[in-house]
Order: sequence, then structure tokens, then C-alpha cells
Amino acid sequence: MAPLVEARGVTRVLPLTVPVTLVEGVDLAIGPGELVAITGPSGSGKSSLLYLLGLLDSPTEGEVLIDGAPTHAMSTDQRAALRLERIGFVFQFHFLLPEFSVLGNVAIPMRRLGRLAPGDIEARAASILTRLGLGDHMHKRPDQLSGGQRQRVAVARALANDPPLILADEPTGSLDSAASEQVFEILAGIAGQAGKSVVAVTHDIDMAERMDRRVHLVDGRIVSDERRSTRSEGKEART
Amino acid sequence: MRLLLEIALTHIRGRARQTVVSVAGVTLGVGFAIGMAALMQGSQDEFVTTLIDAMPHVQITDETRTPRTQPAERIYGAVEIHGLKPRDDPRGILNPVEAMTGLRSWVPGAISAGLRVSGVARYGGTDRGVSILGIEPADELQVSKVAEDIIAGGLSDLVGGGFAAVIGDSLAERLGAGMGDSIRLSASTGVARNFKIVGLFHTGVVATDETLVYVRLKSAQVLAGRQNAVNDIRIRLGDPDAAPAVAARAEELLGLKAVSWQEANESILEAFAVRNIIMYTVVAAILVVAGFGIFNIVSIITHEKARDIAILKSIGFRERDVRIVFMAEGAVMGGLGGALGALLGAALTAYMGTIEFEFREATEVTHLPVTWNWIHYAIAASLALVTAALAGYLPARKAAQGNPVDIIRGAT
Repeated sequence: MAPLVEARGVTRVLPLTVPVTLVEGVDLAIGPGELVAITGPSGSGKSSLLYLLGLLDSPTEGEVLIDGAPTHAMSTDQRAALRLERIGFVFQFHFLLPEFSVLGNVAIPMRRLGRLAPGDIEARAASILTRLGLGDHMHKRPDQLSGGQRQRVAVARALANDPPLILADEPTGSLDSAASEQVFEILAGIAGQAGKSVVAVTHDIDMAERMDRRVHLVDGRIVSDERRSTRSEGKEART
Repeated sequence: MRLLLEIALTHIRGRARQTVVSVAGVTLGVGFAIGMAALMQGSQDEFVTTLIDAMPHVQITDETRTPRTQPAERIYGAVEIHGLKPRDDPRGILNPVEAMTGLRSWVPGAISAGLRVSGVARYGGTDRGVSILGIEPADELQVSKVAEDIIAGGLSDLVGGGFAAVIGDSLAERLGAGMGDSIRLSASTGVARNFKIVGLFHTGVVATDETLVYVRLKSAQVLAGRQNAVNDIRIRLGDPDAAPAVAARAEELLGLKAVSWQEANESILEAFAVRNIIMYTVVAAILVVAGFGIFNIVSIITHEKARDIAILKSIGFRERDVRIVFMAEGAVMGGLGGALGALLGAALTAYMGTIEFEFREATEVTHLPVTWNWIHYAIAASLALVTAALAGYLPARKAAQGNPVDIIRGAT
């Protein structure tokens, strides 16, 4: 089976007066059902790699494949369409639209995709929010929620179109330990469901240790790529 | 599309005060543009209507635009004669009966033949230069609206026998003459006769009221010393706009100069055209200024919402979607301003229509002339919408082209 996302010799150089290399010669394949941590010191290119994998940015060299299909020749519209259907993003900050309710924020990707009737969109958004423990907050505005709750709404929005790949950039970076744990549990729970994969950039070594796989970057290069089996044990322990 | 519009409206609501100011700018621009257009078009229409009513739609005189073709030129193709000028002393329209019969066969309107003679009117030692127009009253009433302007007596009284004249009230006033008085009309030929004033008219056009004297055709022919002469055929059409075509055909058939009312007033109509261009330029300038307000507010919103734009693009919104959101914001403001401006324009037009003035100069206007024309509303509203959409497009394009990664990095 083709990896959900694959980087082949990916390099990203910022064309500044003095060019800055963010990512260099990265080969990485993420298969279905994986929970992957990308770690590394600040400025090592973790987030840059995540944006490249999520088609938010384009490599200077090499290519990114989604479901085995190369993306370098795609138009911005085609890449946007792939993001809409196949990729869900969660950022360090929730980035919810402040004017929309929690339910409205989660419905936005589905409304943009336009495959479901308005009633079905609302029902699905409500179902996801309930699953993430936000059933009582659906009609609130984002500013009426705590940081952890907002980040869970962001996760719900990433799940809205049922994408097989969730990319999270420091998803717990701005949360306290209790909220971080909640968000991690949710992301860990998503990974493996119907072959979904979660790739999360994190500084939190403990969190990374609890994931299936840990990819460590230094100066834009992968220096280690370790697979573990701790999560399934942990999962069993949690359940 | 509904989602994009919904996002646009949330942005606008979030900037309510600035939005109101921008919309007010467009409203005032559109409103005053419509009011100004109604007033200018109204005055133009009234002036043109007065012109059309006061003069024949087509006037054929015994002049030619170019020297007559010489017999030698007609017979020998190789002959070319230069330096010829039209005759200084027009002999009148040759075969006027035949010309009239020919015209009556195809002209869609009334025709009157007359003889125009320059002369002087004298009464009580006062002389005034006048244009004496010999007419057949029955025909003249068909081509002229002078009957509506008669304030004493009537054209038909010219038929009563003897030398009679109907003159403008201004001329009568300047001569100090009145109804029943005899004025002495002298033609440039030197022939002079006493004419009894049997009627007074007031057209509102000073040049006409001060200089025109109606007499019977026969009387004019006596003054001119030209029996049976006719040098002025006037045509009144059902459709005044057809005058140029009728004039061109008459000129081609008769070989005489035929002038439509449009040609006769070309400089005035050109002045109106220039005035309209200036007016619409000012209107466009007003709306462009209003557009800057919209540009400003949409630019602020795109700056404020840069993070939202980034997240929408990361979700999978296309650049076009982002552009539509912000252009919709401009269009909503422009549309709202256009609609309110149309209402303001209608109110202004209605109010101006109630203002009354009295002039005794070139024309008599008893109220501010305004015209209700949907084209004014369409042009002003369309300009507002286009300006607003363009004002929204520029910042929208910039916002859409931005790299979401830069914004997300900046935010994190």
C-alpha cells in the first residue's frame, strides 16, 4: 500500500539575501495508521517539514507525494483541493474564526467541500464535537472556551472532512499539562482509526516517547527515525 | 458561495463603524451624482424642448453649401472650375410649388413655405432691426407652435385683409407699440409699408420675441419686391430626431441648403455633450474617492484577518475563494451604498423638482427642471459597484496570494 504522504529528497531553501536552508534532503514516508512525532531543537526544520508534507509549502528540491501521487506539478487549486479532502491541520494556536460558533467552525471545511447537505453537516459537526467532549459548548463562541477546549475544537475541525492524515504543529505547545494530555489522548485515539495517521511536531519528549514513531531532526536533516510499540501497550493500558 | 458571503459579512459586521463611513461615502457620491444628473439632464431637456418648439425641425433656404455645379462641369467631365462662391443675392427657391409638392410626397410632417426678409420696424421714432417672415397662417400653424405662444390676437387675423403683422411682445415693448397700432416695416430693398399689429406672441426665446415679425406671404413678397418668391421652407416632423435624415434627403433632392434643428444648434448641443462628459467625470471622481474609503476598510480587514486567511487556505480554500470573500465585502459596501444612494438621489431629485424660480432672460423657467431617468440610477449604481469591487479586489488579490506559512509562522 502506498504511504499516505511521502517526502523524497525534499529540500526547502528560503531565498533570502543569505539563503536559509530549512529542510535538506529529507526522505520520509508516513503509512496508514501511524502516530508519528517529529522532534528536534528549535530551528531544526520540524514545522517546515510539516508544512511541506501538508502542501502548505513547496520544496525547493525533491517532491512530496500524497497517496503515491506526486504533487510538485499540481496547481495551487489542486493542492488546496487535496488539503481539503486528505489533510487536516492542527496548529499550536487554535486559529478558530472568532465570529463563528464552535459548531460553525467545525462545519466550515464540510461546507467548503460541499458533499453533505446542511443538516448532515451540522449533525456530523455535532457528533465530532460530542465525541471530543464539547457537546455542551457547540453554540459558544471560541472566546468563551478555555485554551484546551479551543484546541479540541481545532482538532474537531481538522477531522471534519474525515481526512486520513492529520498534521499537528505543536498541538499542545500553548496548553497546560492537563489540557495537553487531553489533546494528546485525542490525537492518539485518532491514529489507527480507519487507517488514519497523525504526524505531530512536538518539543515534549515525554509525549514523543509515547508515540509509535519518532523522527528527530537536526539542522533540517533527519538524524534518527525510531519506531516503537509503546503506544499500543499504552493504549491497552489506557483502555 | 454562501459560506464565502457569510465570512465576508462577519468581517463587515466586525468593522461596523468603518463600514458605515465607507457606505455613507458611496451613498453621498451616488446620491449627489443622481441629483446632479437629474438637474443637468432636466435643464438640457427643457432647453432642447424649447428649441424644438420654437424653431422648425428642418429649414430649407435658397442657399447652397457649395457653389452650384456649372453647366460645363456637368457636360464635360474633364472640366474643373475653382474659386466659385454661392450667389450673394439669392433669387429664392426656384419652382417653389414643385419643390413643395415633391416634399409633401415623402416628408413625415407638416410643411410651410415662407419668405424671410430683413428689415427695420419703426414706431414713434424708434427703429428695431427685425426679421420679417411672410407666411400662410394655416400652414404656419402646422409647423410652428406659435399659436401656443400668442398672448393677444392671433395668426389667423393676418388674413383679414390689408397689411397686418403679429410681433413679439418684447419687440412691441421696445417699440412702445401695442395691439391695433401701425408700425412701419421697411425691407432691405427699400420698400416700406405700414402694418397694423393684429397679434402679440411670447415664445420665451428673447431673440425670437425681439426680432421676429409675422406677416402674410403676399405682404412679404411686396416688401421684398419679389412676386411669388419663397426662400424659406420650414418642416415640422412627428419625430424631431429624424430631422437630420430628412434634411439630408431634402438637400439631395432640391440641391438647396437644408438645416436640421440639430445642425442649427450644433454648438449648443456640443456644449451639452461636453457638459455631460464633465458631469460624468466629476461623478466618477466622486465615486473613486468613495472607492478609496472602501479600499481602506477592505485593506484593514485583510490585514486584520491575515491569520484567518492563512487558516482558510490551510483548510483547503483556494486563492479564488479568498479573493471572493474580500471582493464580496467591497461589493456589499458598494451595493449598499449604491442602493441608499439611489434613494438619496431620488429624494434630492424630488426635492429639487419642487423648487421654483422665475427668470426673464433667455428662457422662462418656473421651476428647477429635473428629469427622472433610470439610466442615471443605473450608471451611478454600476459605477459605485464597479469602483467598490475594484477597491475590494486589490487588497483581496494581495491577501489571496500571501503564503499562509509566513502568517502561521508569524503567529506562532
